[in-house]
This record gives sequence, C-alpha cells and structure tokens, in this order.
Amino acid sequence: MAVSSPDTAVRTGRVTRALIYALLIVFAVYYLLPFYVMVVNSFKPLDEIRGGAMLALPKLFTVEPWLTAWNSAQIGVSPTGLSPYFINSILMVVPAVALSTVFGAINGYVLTKWRFPGHDIVFGMMLLACFIPFQIVLIPMARILGLVGLAGSTPGLVMVHVVYGIGFTTLFFRNYYEAFPTELVKAAQIDGASFWQIFFRILLPSSGPIIVVTVIWQFTNVWNDFLFGASFGDFDSMPMTVALNNLVSSSTGVKEYNVHFAGAIMAALPTLVVYIVSGRYFVRGLMAGAVKG
Amino acid sequence: MAFLEIDSLIKRFGPVEVLKGINLQVEEGGFLVLVGPSGCGKSTLLSMIAGLDTISEGEIRIKGKRVNELPPSQRDIAMVFQSYALYPNMTVGGNIAFGLEMRGVDKAERDKAVARVADMLQIGHLLNRKPSQLSGGQRQRVAMGRALVRDPQVFLFDEPLSNLDAKLRVDMRTEIKRLHQKMGTTIVYVTHDQIEAMTLATQIAVLKDGVLQQFGTPAEIYNDPVNVFVADFMGSPAMNLVPARVTANGSAVAVALKRDNEPDLLLEAGRGAASLARHDGREILLGIRPEAITDTDGADRTARTVVHAGCHVDVVEPAGSDTFVVTRLGAREVIARMRSDARVRPGERVDFAFNMDKAVFFDPATQARVA
Repeated sequence: MAVSSPDTAVRTGRVTRALIYALLIVFAVYYLLPFYVMVVNSFKPLDEIRGGAMLALPKLFTVEPWLTAWNSAQIGVSPTGLSPYFINSILMVVPAVALSTVFGAINGYVLTKWRFPGHDIVFGMMLLACFIPFQIVLIPMARILGLVGLAGSTPGLVMVHVVYGIGFTTLFFRNYYEAFPTELVKAAQIDGASFWQIFFRILLPSSGPIIVVTVIWQFTNVWNDFLFGASFGDFDSMPMTVALNNLVSSSTGVKEYNVHFAGAIMAALPTLVVYIVSGRYFVRGLMAGAVKG
Repeated sequence: MAFLEIDSLIKRFGPVEVLKGINLQVEEGGFLVLVGPSGCGKSTLLSMIAGLDTISEGEIRIKGKRVNELPPSQRDIAMVFQSYALYPNMTVGGNIAFGLEMRGVDKAERDKAVARVADMLQIGHLLNRKPSQLSGGQRQRVAMGRALVRDPQVFLFDEPLSNLDAKLRVDMRTEIKRLHQKMGTTIVYVTHDQIEAMTLATQIAVLKDGVLQQFGTPAEIYNDPVNVFVADFMGSPAMNLVPARVTANGSAVAVALKRDNEPDLLLEAGRGAASLARHDGREILLGIRPEAITDTDGADRTARTVVHAGCHVDVVEPAGSDTFVVTRLGAREVIARMRSDARVRPGERVDFAFNMDKAVFFDPATQARVA
C-alpha cells in the first residue's frame, strides 16, 4: 500500500481561505440559529417570550419549562408530560433498529456469499421496498397488524419499522459485503466453519462501519417517524413524535412556548446524540469502498 | 489405485462447458501441478477438488472414496488461496488455529499445534499480529501455516506465489518444495507460471480451454510435448517452431528450412526419423528448444545427431549466464542459447550446432505431434 499524506486537500491562498471560512461561518450560523432560538427560549419564563426578543438570552434563567415538558405537561387528555412517550419511543426504537440491522446483515450475507438462483430478483424487490412511500402501505399494514393481533401496540410498531427498514438495511449490507473477499468465506468453509460461524466469526467482526451507518440511519428514521406512530400507535404505545405534536398543537389553554421548545429539543436529542457519538463512522462508512485503499 | 483420482470430470456453467472430461491420477505424496493460460479452467478444477464448486459430471475420489457430495470441511483437504484469504479480524495465531477450533480441538492442543507450525515456518514472533501488519511474504507463510496445521490428506494451492515479488517468489518456491519433501503430503498446485510447474511438480497437467492437453512428468512435458500448444507454453524462452519441408532419401531423412537469400538449410532428423519419413515432401513444423541450438563448442557431446550449419546472426542478447542469439530460419526468428563467452556479433556468419536428438515435429494443420 502506498504511503500517502493524510492531508490530501488542495492547497489554497490566504484570501481564498478567509473567504471559505467566512462562508462556512455564515452557513453555520444560518443553520444553528433555529436551534439557538429553541434552546434560549426553553430556559425563559413564558412572560419573557411574550415580550418579544426571541433572540435574547434569558433574563431570568429557569429549568421549569423542561420539568413541565418532561413531567406534567398536558398531552392529549392526561397531564403526564412527555416522559412516558419518551419511554415508548425507546421501547420501539431499540428493538426495531436492532432487528432490522440484524436482518439486513443476514440478507446481505446470503445475497453476496450464498448466492441462489434468482438472488438478483430478490435483491431487486427488496431495493424496490426503499422507494415505496409510507402512505401506500398504511391500509394494508393496518390490516396485517389487525390479523396478527399487534394493532396499537409497541411490538406492532416495531414490526412496521422492521419491515419498512429491511429494504434499506439489506441494501447497505449487501453493498458492503459485495466488496468483502469471497475467498475468506471459502477459506472458512474449508476450515470447517458453518453458515452461522462464518457470519459471526468472519463477516460480522469486519462490519463495524456499515453497522454504524445502518444503526444511525435506522435510528433517525424510526425515532423521527410520525406517520406510522400516529396511525398505528395507541395511548400506551404512542411514540415521542406524536406526543410532541399533541403537546404543541393542543387547542385549549395558553400556548406555553417555552415548554414546547423544551419538548421539541427532548424529542430531537437522541438522534443528535447518536449522530455525535458515531458520526465519524457514518461518514467513513458511507465512503467505505469508494476509494481503493 | 491412485490416491487422488479425477474421472471424466465435466463442469458446466449454464450451457458453457468449462471443463471437458478431465482424467487425472495422483499417487500418494505426489505433487500435481495444473498449468495453463488464464481461463483454461485450472482454478475451477481446483475448486471442484476442494468442494467449493459443484461437479456437473464425473467423479473425484480421494483414497478410492467418492467425495462429490462431501462439503469442503469433510474432504480432509487444506487450501492456500491466491489472495491468502487471512481473516482480517483475527491474529496470526487465531488464523492458524481457526480450522482446529471449528473442529472442536481443545485450546491446549491448538496452542501446541500452532506453535509447532509457527516454528516450522519461522513465524513464531508474528503470532500476535494482525494480518494487516504483515508483509506479503509473511502473509504467504501464515496462509501456509493455516493449511499445514490441520495435517490434511491433500493440500491445494491456488497460484500462491503470484502476488509476491520475483525474488520472494523464488524463495517461497524452494520453501514449498522443501515442505513437500519433508511432509510427503499430496499436493495439487495451480499456476500459470510454467517455471513453477517445472520446478515443483512430480506430475504436470497442461490445460487449455477446459481440455487436458497433456499429463506427465515434467521431463515428458518438456521433452515430448504432444502438441504445439504444450511445446510453446512450457519453457522460457519458448521452443522455436519453424515451418519446414520433409525430404526423405532412403534412410536419410531431413527437414529443409527456407532462408532469406540463401539455399535451404538441411537438418538431418535424429530421433523420430523413421516416423518422419512417412511425411516425405510435406510441410511440417520443426520444434527445437533454444538450448538445443548452441555454438559448436557448446554442443552436447553425447547427442547422436548434431548438425553444424553456418547461419546469419541477427541479434545477440547476453543474459549473464547464457547468450541468446537470434537468427532467421523459415521466415521465423529462431533463438539459440549459447555459452556466455561464445564470441558472436550481430551481422556475422557463425556456425550453429543443431542437436536434432531434441527436435520434435508437428503437423501444422492439426497441431499434433507427428514425430
């Protein structure tokens, strides 16, 4: 392997560089401003927000809106705050992400290393699943959930997201394993490893980057999903996004903007954390195999 | 009954037949080299012996037992791949021990076996490294270690040296030969490098387009090629193949080679003269290896039929140990291999010694050997 300097960027002059930075800062501010407004206002008493000055820092710093949003805000008919729905979302997201990732990995493994007649047709059909709009599957899905007795439950939502996510996760893993040398699988076969041993001992340990990509992708999609949650969630399985909507768009009483801001940040936080923790792998994973190295 | 028998083996991919009825037998402890140009089916044949490819027709037997239906793990074989195929997530030790682990050998015994193999291949100090931290030669050793540790009935090598640089390749070649002599295990080895085939094999199978061209010892393949393809493929520089006309006069049989602005060169036939006489007056292809054409002092004194003839020297290529001299005969470039201190200059007329004992003759139409 050739030794290359890690910095492969094109060298530029000072003026260009200053210009680039200025532009980058402008865009960073542009994108961060809404988030800034949300954070600042979530720590203000309601009166201060009503007085205008959305961009000002809080004069009276308070965590009351956060506590209210979490514990006691009125969601639909009960004043429970967002916490039970946060739990609902976690209970839905974790198994949904885990299962769809595992299925995607196994599909990718079979589609690349244990090819069967018609494997390309199967893959093509799974790929097609990525392009089906959510709205189309609502009614058939409702029927199926009813038939298997999972309607309105968290396991039901998990199933919906797993089914919908498998197309994407299969695509990710198939493309990753396509570049994985088949000779390794053959060597393991000769060494006497079984189908699952090859998967767990040889392929999976080398799949770090693509697992991270899949987990981030699936986590973000499942966590942020509103339509399936609103359609198939019941009172005790309603995810965070739907609860947040119920909090924000309630048509009675005073609009507690500070509480809404706090709630919205809560809803966005997990995906943000996942991305910050593993974002480096995300970029690396997406680029994996793009350049031979 | 041979140790490894390949019986009328056919492989089809869809309608395409890539192996067309291969028959081979290897004795226990033999070293069979499958050689041929790329796409001749040699790697497919190896994969079928390994059990990684299915068999369309025919039978493979190891120790008289049919293995067609056995999965690779139950054939008691080990394979070294061209890319080495080391598991990237495991250490060198883990790589070598993996096959034993999968077969349920306990840890203490595994460690002992790994240590023994590592010692034999001198890779003991590398056992805790990952494959990515090794050089090409070291990876090659580890790949061999992984095969050796299981002590299988048959070793399969799929172009194991083609990723190494020239010097290392020669070293590893010697090493493989030494290992074979020491262990005495049967080996099937695939290569496209005819020198590897010649140096390693006890038996060579030359393949082309899925058809077995010739199967024999290295000496048979080299000295008695059955057709033009085998003659041309084996040996470097390649055998000279020159169009010539047979002229028989009683018991004296000779071939006449056309020359530019000169009368034909007549070469008396040595070996095979009797069968050549039947082709009197016909065009044939004379095959003669560069080392059978020498300067007069370098000629083989034990040879019975050596023809001396003055030829025009076109090009001289000193190669250190030898000097290759090119002349034009029968409208072809003919290479002669002379001693390094032979005094030859381009443009001169020099006496060449043709050792006709070593000459072979082919039919230009069928490409088959006639004498």
